[in-house]
Amino acid sequence: MMATARRRPARRSRTWQPLLYAYCALVFAFLTAPMVVVAIVSFSSASYLVFPPPGFSLRWYARYLNDPIWIDATVRSFKVGLVATAISTVLGTLLAFSLVRGRYPGRAIIDRLSIAPLIVPSMVYSIAVYGLFASLRLIGSWPTIALAHAVHILPYVVLIVVAALKTFDVAQEQAAMGLGATRLGAILRVTLPQIRPALVSAAFLAFISSFDELVIAMFLGGAQMTLPKKMFDNIMTEIDPTIAAVSVLQIVLVAIALGLASRFGAGVKPVA
Amino acid sequence: MVATAAATLGGGRSRPRRVLRAHAGTLGSGSVPVLFLAALFVYPVARLMLFSVEGGSLKHFERALLDGLHVRVFIDTLRIASLVTLLSFLLGYPVAYFLASAPRAWATAGLLFLIVPFWTSVLIRTYAWTVVLGRNGVINRSLIGLGVIEEPIAMLNNEIGVLVGMVHVLVPYMVFPIFSVMRRIDPSLAQAAEGLGASGWQSFSRVYFPLSLPGVLAGTTLVFILSVGFFITPAILGGGRVIMIAVLIERQVHEFSNWGFAAALSAVLLAASLAAYGALSLALRDRR
Repeated sequence: MMATARRRPARRSRTWQPLLYAYCALVFAFLTAPMVVVAIVSFSSASYLVFPPPGFSLRWYARYLNDPIWIDATVRSFKVGLVATAISTVLGTLLAFSLVRGRYPGRAIIDRLSIAPLIVPSMVYSIAVYGLFASLRLIGSWPTIALAHAVHILPYVVLIVVAALKTFDVAQEQAAMGLGATRLGAILRVTLPQIRPALVSAAFLAFISSFDELVIAMFLGGAQMTLPKKMFDNIMTEIDPTIAAVSVLQIVLVAIALGLASRFGAGVKPVA
Repeated sequence: MVATAAATLGGGRSRPRRVLRAHAGTLGSGSVPVLFLAALFVYPVARLMLFSVEGGSLKHFERALLDGLHVRVFIDTLRIASLVTLLSFLLGYPVAYFLASAPRAWATAGLLFLIVPFWTSVLIRTYAWTVVLGRNGVINRSLIGLGVIEEPIAMLNNEIGVLVGMVHVLVPYMVFPIFSVMRRIDPSLAQAAEGLGASGWQSFSRVYFPLSLPGVLAGTTLVFILSVGFFITPAILGGGRVIMIAVLIERQVHEFSNWGFAAALSAVLLAASLAAYGALSLALRDRR
């Protein structure tokens, strides 16, 4: 994709290209350096936050793994993430089909509605849904967090699946139906397998977005903390490096998931 | 489910029925997610907006928009969001250009440097900055160690920390839209300008930059919308001293249960975000 786009004349490149490269190297350093620092701190042997660490140990990893509150929060975040991903992937795919194939009045409004959760600031949505669930006395149970997360991440799924469906050739589906398949059968057996990379990417993005989400979970969770809420509380109150160990584990988890998604999905690129 | 919806709605004989049947499946498949959004998105947001005018009075809006203290929060929020957008552009545009023009291996490596932080949780990145910028943080220790300064510089619990943390989170959101536009720009256009006698700067400013403008517009709007509503970074790195509007809303709900006022603040924040989004849609439509 980039192979054809080739560079400017050498005459000018000589003067400013090194500058551009040096500038970008600085930006890349700015983007990665803090995470490198966190990784180093996570192996610190000191009982408080100090850099560079006086020595190295795994005590903060042990502390995380042996603390039931941290583990509870982690398990809860996985549950929320999986349920939210399931809901948003199924509903988002249905909505994408409807938007790409449908020719009914009001489709433009539904099109706008489907990406609206992306534009409404998450603090506004969080307190709105908090108000709703509080009036129903449903604060402090993780399934409500999963529902709200599903709303929050639905637009990503819709955008990704719509893009995939637009490039899919409907003639294949029609051919399958011409050969005797029902419409549902054709969609399940012909269309969905072909857009699987998009579905995997969408589900991946949805899961990570839910797993990282703080503000909705902070309002709806009550005493039932998700991992981000526990991390937030820790950052605000304690200054021990447990959170650095949690951070490293989470980065490793995301890297593994990214690797899996790029094997089974299309190259996962952030949608912006 | 699609098929059953088509069967129940369709099944018709006359022509309008047939048209309906052709689209019944798509209508049916869309109805469940639309109901879901109506119940869990449209309804709660509309309900919140109603709180802001409870009792038919505009007193909450008066308080939000006229009270000096709160006006300050709005001004601070807009100033910080604008600065973050500008800084993200200054950092992001050259990077996008690099990704679009460097040899493939370099570009791939560069992309990795963007994607890894992008996928890392905002909390982790914000925490990282407390380690780097703190009184006993990496920067202060190094500078003191080198004898450059004697007293640590305050970089946390003030606007510096908030700006650094927010730019760090938002740079990728600036780079990706610009990069995706630049990737489609034909490099021979800038070369042609130079062949016709334009200087390097002229061919960039008169040909290349205008071509990349849709990406710039999308990136700046996205970053601006996200930073106006930002919560985590100002809450942690601002240390209670930098109050942005999302932080103020959170306090009104959590500490004071002042729903009417929180709703009015939310309405203003929502309006600002929608205005930015609307301006982008208009600008991009005009360019087509």
